[in-house]
Order: sequence, then C-alpha cells, then structure tokens
Amino acid sequence: MTKTSILHNEIQKETETSLLGFWIYMMTDCIVFATLFAVFIVLRNNTSGGKSGADLFSLPFVLTETIILLTSSFTSGLAMLAAQRSRLKDTLIWLLATGVLGAAFLSLELNEFSKFDHSGSSWRTSGFLSSYFTLVGTHGLHITIGLLWLLAIIGYLFKKGLNEVIVRRLTMFSIFWHFLDVVWIFIFTVVYLLGVN
Amino acid sequence: MIISLFSSTSVPSTDRLVLFFGQAMVVGAALLIALALVYFKKVGWLWKNWVTSLDHKKIGIMYLVVAGVMLLRGLADTVLLRFQQATSSGTSHGIVSSNHYQQIFTAHGTMMIFFVAMGLVFGIINLILPLQIGSRDVAFPLLNNLSFWMYAAGAILINLSLVFGGEFAATGWLAYPPLSELQFSPGVGVDYWIWSIQIAGIGTLLSGINFITTILTKRAPGMTMMKMPVFVWSVLAAMTLVAAAFPILTVTLVLLTLDRTIGTHFFTTAGGGNAMMYVNLIWAWGHPEVYILILPAFGIYSEIVATFSRKRLFGYASMVYAIIAIAGLSFLVWLHHFFTMGAGANVNAFFGIMTMVIAIPTGLKVFNWLFTMYRGRINFASPMIWFIGFVITFSIGGAAGVMLGVPPIDFQLHNTLFLVAHFHTMIIGGALFGYFAGIAYWFPKVFGFKLDEKLGKIAAYLWIAGFICAFTPLYILGLMGATRRLDHYDASLGWQGLFIVAGVGVVIIFAGVGVQLLMFYLSIKNRKKNLDTTGDPWNGRTLEWSTTSPAPVYNFAIIPTVADRDEFFRVKQLGVTQSKRKFTAIVMPNNSSFGIFMAGWALMFAFSVIWHFWPTIVLAIVGSIATFVLRSFNDDITHIIPAAEIEAIENKRVGALL
Repeated sequence: MTKTSILHNEIQKETETSLLGFWIYMMTDCIVFATLFAVFIVLRNNTSGGKSGADLFSLPFVLTETIILLTSSFTSGLAMLAAQRSRLKDTLIWLLATGVLGAAFLSLELNEFSKFDHSGSSWRTSGFLSSYFTLVGTHGLHITIGLLWLLAIIGYLFKKGLNEVIVRRLTMFSIFWHFLDVVWIFIFTVVYLLGVN
Repeated sequence: MIISLFSSTSVPSTDRLVLFFGQAMVVGAALLIALALVYFKKVGWLWKNWVTSLDHKKIGIMYLVVAGVMLLRGLADTVLLRFQQATSSGTSHGIVSSNHYQQIFTAHGTMMIFFVAMGLVFGIINLILPLQIGSRDVAFPLLNNLSFWMYAAGAILINLSLVFGGEFAATGWLAYPPLSELQFSPGVGVDYWIWSIQIAGIGTLLSGINFITTILTKRAPGMTMMKMPVFVWSVLAAMTLVAAAFPILTVTLVLLTLDRTIGTHFFTTAGGGNAMMYVNLIWAWGHPEVYILILPAFGIYSEIVATFSRKRLFGYASMVYAIIAIAGLSFLVWLHHFFTMGAGANVNAFFGIMTMVIAIPTGLKVFNWLFTMYRGRINFASPMIWFIGFVITFSIGGAAGVMLGVPPIDFQLHNTLFLVAHFHTMIIGGALFGYFAGIAYWFPKVFGFKLDEKLGKIAAYLWIAGFICAFTPLYILGLMGATRRLDHYDASLGWQGLFIVAGVGVVIIFAGVGVQLLMFYLSIKNRKKNLDTTGDPWNGRTLEWSTTSPAPVYNFAIIPTVADRDEFFRVKQLGVTQSKRKFTAIVMPNNSSFGIFMAGWALMFAFSVIWHFWPTIVLAIVGSIATFVLRSFNDDITHIIPAAEIEAIENKRVGALL
C-alpha cells in the first residue's frame, strides 16, 4: 500500500470512531441541560418578591428568536448537503448564513437579558431568575461556542478547501447545532410557554 | 497582591507553623524537581517522551505517579487527623485548631477521592484496557493526553491553595451549602475546592467518553461483547456512569460558583434558594461516583482470581449482568445519603429498599469469586493476598452499608463515625486494595520486571491488619454516638482509648506504605533479577499477556483474532507456535503539546477566577481558543512505522523471548 492510501484508510476509520464519540459527548451535554432544567423547575416559583415569568416574558419576541434559530438549523443542513456534494462555494454560503442567523439569535437573547437586568430583574433578584439566566445563558454560551467553531471551519475551508477531515468536523458541528435547536424547543416550552401562565 | 492578601487573613498562631511547613514543602518540592531536571538536562527528554506523549501506557504511568504523590499527601493528613482525635480529650486540645482541623479533613477527603482513587483507576485503565481488547491505542489518544493534564492541573491547584491564600475549604469534602456559600465561607478555600475538582472532573468526563468509544469500536476482531474480559466490562459500566454522572457534578459546581461569585440564589438561605437541592444534585453524582471507583476494582479482582486459581472465571455471564445491575441501581439510591432530610416515610422506604437490593448483585460477585477459587490450584501471590483482605473487609463493610440503608437505623447512625468506618471499608478495603492488587499484577507488563513478591505480601498484610485496627474502633465509637469530624470530645465519654487504638492502626498502615516504597525502590534497583522475559509471568489468560513486556509502542504487531473469553489461555493450550509473520505498516499519532497547553489555560482560568483577576481570565479564554484553532489547522498529526522497522523490532523481541 502507498503512504496516501494507508493514511486514507486511517482517516475513514477515524471518522466512524469520532462520530460515535461525538454522539456520546452530546449525551453528556444533554445531561448538563437536563440538570439545569430540573434546577429551573425546582426554583421557578421562588420569585422571592421579584417578578415572575408572566410579568417578564413576551411570547412574540421569543417566537421570533425561535424562528431565527430554526432557520439557522435549516441552513446548516443545506451546508452539509453542499459539502457532501463537494460544492465548496455553496457550503461556504450556507455556513455564512448559519453564522449570521446564529449571531442574530444571540444578539436578541443578550438584548432580552439586558432589558430584564435594566428593569431591575437580574440573576441576583431571586432563585427563579438565577435559574432562568443560567439555563437560557448556558444555551447562549453553547451558541457562542458553536459560532466560534463555525468561524474556525470557515477559515479552514478558505485555506484548505473541502477534504474528508473537514467534512467530518462539519458533520459534528451540524449534530451540535441541531442539538441546540432541540434544547431551545424545550426552553421555549418549559421556560416561556409554561412561564407566561 | 495575592500573598499580601494571604498574610492579612487571620491565621491562628498555632497553625502558622503547620502552614509554613506546608508551603515550604510545596515550594521546596517544586523547586527541587525543576532544578534536578535542569541539572540532569532532562527537560527535553521529559517533554518529548512523557509530557507530550499520546501513548496510553505512558499516560497511565503518569496518572499513577501523580496519584502516588497525592496518596502520600492524603496520608499525611490522616496522621494529623488521627493524632488530633487520639489526644484532644478533656483539657487537652490536640495539635491543631478547630478551623484547621476542618480544612484538613476536607482536603483529605477531596484528595483521596478525586486525586488518589480516580488517578489510580484511570492509571490502571490506561495501562491495561487497550492491551486487553487487542487494540493499538484508545479511540482518541490526543483527548487522553488532555484528560491526564486536566487531572494534573486539578492536583496542582489543590496544592497551590497551600501557597497562595493558605487556606482550603473547611466544609467537608462535598461542601454543603449554606456553609459553603459566601456568607459563611468568605475566604478562597471553597473556591479552591470548587475549581480543583471542576478541572479534574472535566478531565474525567472526557476520559469517560474516550473509554466508552474505545471499548465499543477498538476491540480485536472476534471479541464480541460477551467475550470481553470482565475488567473491560467493569470499565465500560464505570465509564458509562462517568458519562451520566459527571455532567451533574459540573453543573452543580458551576451553580455554587455562580452563587459565590456573581450573587445568584441557587443554594442560598435567602432570595429563594434551596440548599437541599445542592445535596440532591451532589449525591446524584456522588453515589454513582463510588461505583465508578469500585467497579473497576471488581474487574481487577475477577482477572486476578481466575489467573491465580488457574481456572476459568466462575459465572461469567452473571458477573456481567451483576455489573450492569449495580451500575443501573447506583442512580436509584442517592437519597440514602440524607434520609434525615425529611422526605417522608414512603420516599425513604423506596430508597432504603433500593439500597438493600444492591447487595444482591454484589453478593453474587463475591460468591462467584469464591467459586472460582473452589477446587482451583491457588497461587497465593501478592495480588491474591490483597484479594483475600478485600473479601473479608468488604463483606463487613457491605453489611454495615445494608444497616445504614435501613432508614430508622440511619436516623441513629448518620453523621457518626460508624458511617466514616463504613465508607472507608468500601473505599480502602474494596477499591484501594483492588488497585494495589492490579498494580502488583500488571506491573511486569508495563515495566518488564516483577515487583518484589515478598515485600509486596508483607505490605499487604500490614495494610490489612492496620486497616482493621484503625477502623473497627470507629464502628464501635459510632455506635456509642461519636459524631464524625470531631476535633475535641469530653474526657468523661471514655472514648479516648478507642481513638488511640485507631491511631495505632494508622501507624501500622504507615508501616505498610513504608514497605511498599521499599518494595518499589528495591524492585527497580534489582530489576535484573525479576526480569519478565516471557511477557507472561503469571500464566495469564487474556490478550495483554500475549505481547511482550513492556509492550511495544504499537502494542500488537499483528492484531490478534479472538475466539474465546480467555483467548490467550486458549492459544497456549493449543500450543500454537509462531510461524513466519507478515507485517504491515502501522499508523501512529504524533506527539502533541495540545493537552498540556489546554490544561495550562484551564489552570490559569481557575486560578484567576478564584482571585477575581480579570486580565488573566480573558487571556486564558483567548489562549485556549487560539490553541484549539491552531490544532485544528494542523493536518500532519500521524506518522507511519514501516513494515521493515516493525519486523526489526519484533525479531529482536522474539529473540529476547526465546
């Protein structure tokens, strides 16, 4: 066997292993969020004289956030399809779209946070708000890390183009991004929809 | 600035001396090691052969070295604790103040669990698991190196608490709020506790993911799940617990950090916090954690008993199902750590029954080991001595555990020395003896020579005798009502005699540790006498004994094909001689400094958060992102060992074997 074919074999084997490992990592991240949800449910009524979810949350605003995030998941799926067909330009376009939508979501979330903070409802106010900021903020932190990761992938694509290694990483990113969507659906339901009642 | 902050904190004068010695010890040891490395021109060697190595065998050895150092640290604390309790009765107040005593038992528990027991577990798993499944390495060698350095960074941070700040948490090893909240623990001690186990815990979580993937994807062809050695099964179960439980620890510690640094109200007494939520969360991690420690030890005993009884393990399938059952049940018993919370009779009854149910699969395992020995040709080598000590102490500790699992009894015994005696029986007599047995058993595979058997046996006997002498009095004292974490008691209680007996027990254990150190020294010095030239010094049964000792960097020149549970034993029975083998090139990962850099950034981040120093927090974040990106742009991460080179290495080895 030649050197390149040996390495090629190795990379293919690695891809399978890496994807399994990444799925297991996703399960551990799932438990991180499960724990935060449990904490939120325990503390949701402990408003300690501060505002409750019904006083604070605006559903149309959260729905906008949701639609933006779901769209970004769709575009990341399109990027994945383009990468599998070895279309570098399309991949880059859809990845950039994903990044822009993700950044828009993040800025809306930060905007909401600062609005709450300025109206006198910060994480220091009550157990409810502590768990609200931490649960939603942890999701936001994941989005931030996802965006940094996306930037690194785009940089790699610009410099080295499409190859097996970057398609593997793109697959992992895609799993990660869809996972954050699923978590958000739960946040939308448990925190916001149940919170306004 | 940090040092001046330290000197302004009010340290009682009686503790200044102890504190000074602690600092001098840490700084002195660090300086001495650094100077020795420079003097002997070993920095480059250390960096190239060890620090950046992705070889699982070397990473395993590094785990064992750090764990060994931390074991000596934790034992030094034991001396202070035992001495205090033996002397601090009536008018005498012992040698340390109450506050310092609290810091010592907190540090003792934290170090022994997170940095000794976990270090030994991961060290042994790293050394042996890939060899046992016939693999060249773990699934993610780079991640493995990172995990080790995260663990080492946690160990460094816990020692830094002695130098910078001069205090550790005085809260007990699980730092229950509200005591661990800022209001009641305003110093940096609790922050050191949080961050040292947070960093090490993330390393553990990554290891868990790594080993699950390794076991699922890297087994030799033919090794189906039910043909895996029991040690591999026990690791798979333990690592599944790691993946399921450690995220809970990470979150819990983050929430406590937020309470202490940015003023949230998760566990505070005011502002709608809920302190019992912390206790629930920490034990939802903590109970699986003790099974993470004990299950690999069960796996080690299973290998040892079969090998040294010259018999196939009795009841393999039931062993596997028992491991799975124990792992599953470990998530259903966390509330038995706080029956007195007042959850109500039905809740307590449920958790009490679940606790007792665990005794069934565990008892089954004990009987399987005994049946394996029955009518075997038992070779009482030192690993078997550890095993015998384990069976006796573990059965006693298990019975004590079932007692504690009965809620009405627990209401009497919780928070007493009876509990302390119980969990030390499980962790020393159960887990630690297993790790020592494993080290004696696999040492020749890793280093190519056996440890001195005679000294190994003496050490085992001293440990077992010392253990019984140290902890039997604690069971009795607990029944008499002595609460745990006492730094002083009234002379009229009549407890002092028993505390002195316990102190004598610790002296005997120390003699055992001394013999162990002597054993390592003499075995290394006289290694030519105990050389293992066959690769199979104990007449082993599993794949790790089929390669040479020490194993080459690629473990197996040709990956074996497995047809039986005791594959190597089968091959030996068949008497297959090695015919001319055809070698192919092997791809191995390059060394990388990624792990130590990332762990370094994590250490800087943690240290800066503890001291609220923003510039270095930002630097650590930027640095870790940059390190990550640099690594991801590097495509040249493997090298190929050509077939000719492998043939040369193997011929030399086969020659050595004959």
